[in-house]
Amino acid sequence: MAINTPKQTSHLKREILVRLIKSFLSDNFEENTRLIPFDMRPKGHEVPYRCCIYKERAILRDRAVAGLGLSIEETDDSALLSELAQKALERKEPEENPLTVLTTACKGCVPARIYVTDLCQGCVARPCVNTCKFGAISVINGKSVIDPAKCKNCGMCAQVCPYQAIQKIIVPCESACPVGAITKGDDGHAKIDFEKCISCGKCVAACPFGAVHEKSQIIDVLKHIKAGKKVIAMVAPAIMGQLPCSPKQLKEAIQELGFADVYEVAQGADVTTKTEAAEFEERLLHGAEFMTTSCCAGYNELVDKHIPEMKPFRSDTKTPLYYTAEIVKKEHPDAITVFFSPCVAKRREALQTPTVDYVLNYEELGAWFVALNIQVAECGESSFKTEASAEGRNYCVTGGVAKAVQTLLPEEIPAHPVLIDGLNKQSIRDLKKYAKNGMCDLGNLIEVMACQGGCLGGNATVNAYKPALKQVTNYVNESESIKGNVKTEN
Amino acid sequence: MSEKVSVKVCLGTTCFVMGSANLQELIETVPAKYGDKVEVSGVPCLGLCSIDWEFSKAPYVKVDDDVIKEATVEKVLKAIDEKLAAK
Repeated sequence: MAINTPKQTSHLKREILVRLIKSFLSDNFEENTRLIPFDMRPKGHEVPYRCCIYKERAILRDRAVAGLGLSIEETDDSALLSELAQKALERKEPEENPLTVLTTACKGCVPARIYVTDLCQGCVARPCVNTCKFGAISVINGKSVIDPAKCKNCGMCAQVCPYQAIQKIIVPCESACPVGAITKGDDGHAKIDFEKCISCGKCVAACPFGAVHEKSQIIDVLKHIKAGKKVIAMVAPAIMGQLPCSPKQLKEAIQELGFADVYEVAQGADVTTKTEAAEFEERLLHGAEFMTTSCCAGYNELVDKHIPEMKPFRSDTKTPLYYTAEIVKKEHPDAITVFFSPCVAKRREALQTPTVDYVLNYEELGAWFVALNIQVAECGESSFKTEASAEGRNYCVTGGVAKAVQTLLPEEIPAHPVLIDGLNKQSIRDLKKYAKNGMCDLGNLIEVMACQGGCLGGNATVNAYKPALKQVTNYVNESESIKGNVKTEN
Repeated sequence: MSEKVSVKVCLGTTCFVMGSANLQELIETVPAKYGDKVEVSGVPCLGLCSIDWEFSKAPYVKVDDDVIKEATVEKVLKAIDEKLAAK
């Protein structure tokens, strides 16, 4: 699938968020939240997607549950949205697992398998029969027939059929998940195994029914702002490509939402670059064959859960978010920190980082602007207190991290970057091979991005990939290089 | 009425977030397909989202004087074809 394909499911998810925010800001949060499914599908409204208006409302109710930050699996079906809104208000901390599956929305796709269609001509060559290593195909009544007991779903027959008569039926979420964490449960609906899940968000983007949701923390953040707390935003580099305005206007727009200040996580990326370059140099001088980057939260969870043998090769340098949050908490010990993220995985990282209190994604930020009717392009400009480097601001693009580290390496330490542009089953096999062999024949500095295209390809981005890349690149080009501008304080 | 068909893709915040981010490709693909018969541009907020809470019908695109709600690339191209056929 192309990066950031436009989807009607995103429209629904964003509409729910806008309505939740509007409800929160109204004089009756609980009741207005209860009414969301009815406002979106009032009596007599057309039924655009499902079998009837009642099912549409039931699914919208579940989407609102996720928007309230609650787990649909653990929520009683009979609970009213008004009660759940109350529960969200009373919550002290966000829930542990960042994703939740709507069984109401899940289609319960037919299981993944190889299927012979009517296009089969019962040909004489029979490449399917001859190619199958498992003896699973025989010709019965002039058509190829697959014995499901013998078929291993390898798909070889589908590849060799001259009529393209054999199809591989896939379950989009299962097929997108690089680690086999989402599968069909006994009832046929998708279920996430959180022991395996690396929170990469690929299932969220892949499900054509929009059945996988992030559990939003928007209510928690709104609550703190309403209470007059000092809430500080930390924005990941990818944000600069997300909205139709300049970075300085975006800062002003975020402050209009009620944030006390906005920090660029690119500022922390500069610390990561310096630390990682020094670490790479030291590792190579001590004979290391290669090192991988460590800034992508999805990759970090992959290593921790599935490739522990990679741990010695993964950089010990902390992520840009970690360093940024450290700076913010040092300068404002009383502040509540909110990270604006392009993906799900950072929610998990935040849970493990005490200095990061909440995470919102770009869809949530966008919905917030919509709810308040803030025109970002008409906002004034506000400068960041600390200007980040061009390299730090380019972290969100595939190759950007490796390039930044390379910039600070001395000539005698040559880095040969290898770019893992998106985690999938193949790239995970490659990583396992490098870890097992203790070397990588393609280079010595492996940059891993869980999402294709880097953070700009994250599941919760708003802008299309190409214009987002253009916006970020313009910003990078007008920024100063980190080289020759290395600050000593950390 | 002028001979050219005018296409205005709203890039106000609401339309952008609700989907016109993905309509920006029209600004490149429409001139490539129709040449100078169609004039296409991304424009600041057309003000359509603020009327009666109509943000849920965003993104909006204007093709001449017709407003397309919940616009998609396909809907816009279809509207252009209809306009050109009527001229």
